[in-house]
Amino acid sequence: MATHKGMRKNFIEWILPLTASVSLVFLLGIACTLVAASLPVFKSVTLQGFLFGKEWIPTAETPSLGIWSLMIASLYVTLGAIIFALPLGLGSAVYIAELASPTVKEVLKPVMEILAGIPSVVFGFFGIVFVAPIVQRLFHLDTGLCGFTAAIILGIIVIPTVASISEDAVSAISKDLRNASYALGANRWETIIKAVLPAAKSGIFTSIILGISRALGETMTVLMVAGGAVKIPTGLFVPMRPITATIAGEMGETVVGSPHYHALFAMGLVLFIINIIFNLVADRFQKGKRNV
Amino acid sequence: MFKKAMDKFKKMDRRTAAQDAGFLLLKLCVLTVILALGTLILFITLKGFKVVNFEFITQSPTDGMVHGGIFPAILGTFLLSIGALIFALPTGVLTAVWLTEYADNQRFVRLVRIGINSLAGVPSIVFGLFGMMFFVKFMQFGVCLLSGALVLGILILPTIIGASEEALLTVPKAFKEASLALGATRWETMYKVILPNSVSGIITGIILSVGRAAGETAPILMTAATFYTARLPNSVFSKVMALPYHIYALMTEGSRKGQTEIAYGTALVLLLLVLAINSVAIFIRIRARRERKW
Repeated sequence: MATHKGMRKNFIEWILPLTASVSLVFLLGIACTLVAASLPVFKSVTLQGFLFGKEWIPTAETPSLGIWSLMIASLYVTLGAIIFALPLGLGSAVYIAELASPTVKEVLKPVMEILAGIPSVVFGFFGIVFVAPIVQRLFHLDTGLCGFTAAIILGIIVIPTVASISEDAVSAISKDLRNASYALGANRWETIIKAVLPAAKSGIFTSIILGISRALGETMTVLMVAGGAVKIPTGLFVPMRPITATIAGEMGETVVGSPHYHALFAMGLVLFIINIIFNLVADRFQKGKRNV
Repeated sequence: MFKKAMDKFKKMDRRTAAQDAGFLLLKLCVLTVILALGTLILFITLKGFKVVNFEFITQSPTDGMVHGGIFPAILGTFLLSIGALIFALPTGVLTAVWLTEYADNQRFVRLVRIGINSLAGVPSIVFGLFGMMFFVKFMQFGVCLLSGALVLGILILPTIIGASEEALLTVPKAFKEASLALGATRWETMYKVILPNSVSGIITGIILSVGRAAGETAPILMTAATFYTARLPNSVFSKVMALPYHIYALMTEGSRKGQTEIAYGTALVLLLLVLAINSVAIFIRIRARRERKW
């Protein structure tokens, strides 16, 4: 009887592989849904015209459905955000991993988690009522709701992502490497800069990739703060409308089934594909690190 | 001889100065982050404090949103988060159980992991698009609580899986081996030994993901949320108000005087809610770590 007991599977054990595939099923479901809802747009515009067309006038009689200006806007705010978040996030990560006493660490790590937990709509609200007026006055702009303000807020949102992944990478570097560096006469700072950080570079690179992917997909903040102007941005200090903001802002007003409607789904598909690529690259980098 | 020593000393000094400057820089980074977080919390608290009182959190809005409270939005956010959890909790924990203890087909495991990681990276607005197309239109649930809760459930699934897996993996192998040696089956070992010993870690992950679900706006924008309903939700097919959407709508729709004030109050309520949820999770984790016997 005892052997039988070992063989028999509980019914939950039977359904385990099914529950495990739920994530995969939904990922494929999202992909299929997006593709199906996007395809009709290519009756009105070519793929090239869609991706590189410079005009986005979706409500005209013969709508112009080029998302180039929106993609450039996304690029501006995302790069701005990562330029802002990388030094602060990486600096904080190195401080937490290398310098902070255990007590300070116990405080700083939850601080990062709390920052990561604040909803993006609250950041967007804070951007409108607090950051935008300051940016407007500081740079003498017509409006503080511009790419620069969006980049700052996005940067703050991305800091915990960059910091936590970099911190894991820095903490994972073995003591031997540090001791070898000290034995050669290097002080702590030189050890961090010349031994620890280079050794942790694949983890740091992963943190940057995931940070960029996070900033690119962030919706509410850019919708509220970036200003919303539809033209190719001439710099960071003008109002602009990134892809995510366009989808969220225009979906409520579009006619279901119109080319505009399908174009919004096609934008979602573009975002989805970019994010999958970034995640696969990050995944590969982490794997590379593990093999070493 | 003396000069050489002086040179060496000076060189040393420069290196120490570089170190001091470097450490100062790192401290400044941390301080900037803390300052940003502090400013946000303080500013919203000070401004929102004037608006939030007992009526504000227990009454419905009146007079076209500029008076009264935000109770329906609080209730809506609560229901959406709970609904998301009802879907994601069993699915997420069971996936983690499978990944840590049962998975033997390495190809399938890799596929599942890629699925989970990719799902975690999908932008929230894309979840919204999917929910609108699949739950609202295809399944014909309409814009309602059920559609929103399901979308949020899929969104937090990777978080719950990740946290549960981490918690399950912290249980020492010796526990499992002892249980199996006593003649327990794999499932009995999982159910009576591994799960009970990792429950605090799983709970931490669940609470954090509830906080995430409560604060998301983009996914419910097209699947569940409405700026105003006269009635409280009476079924899963009702449209609901929600705190994050309410803040957005107050700032972008209409331009009546007083909307910004209500938005400050709503932002404070949402902020406090999320901070409280996260603090509870962090507290449980710290206590569990102290009490751990292995």
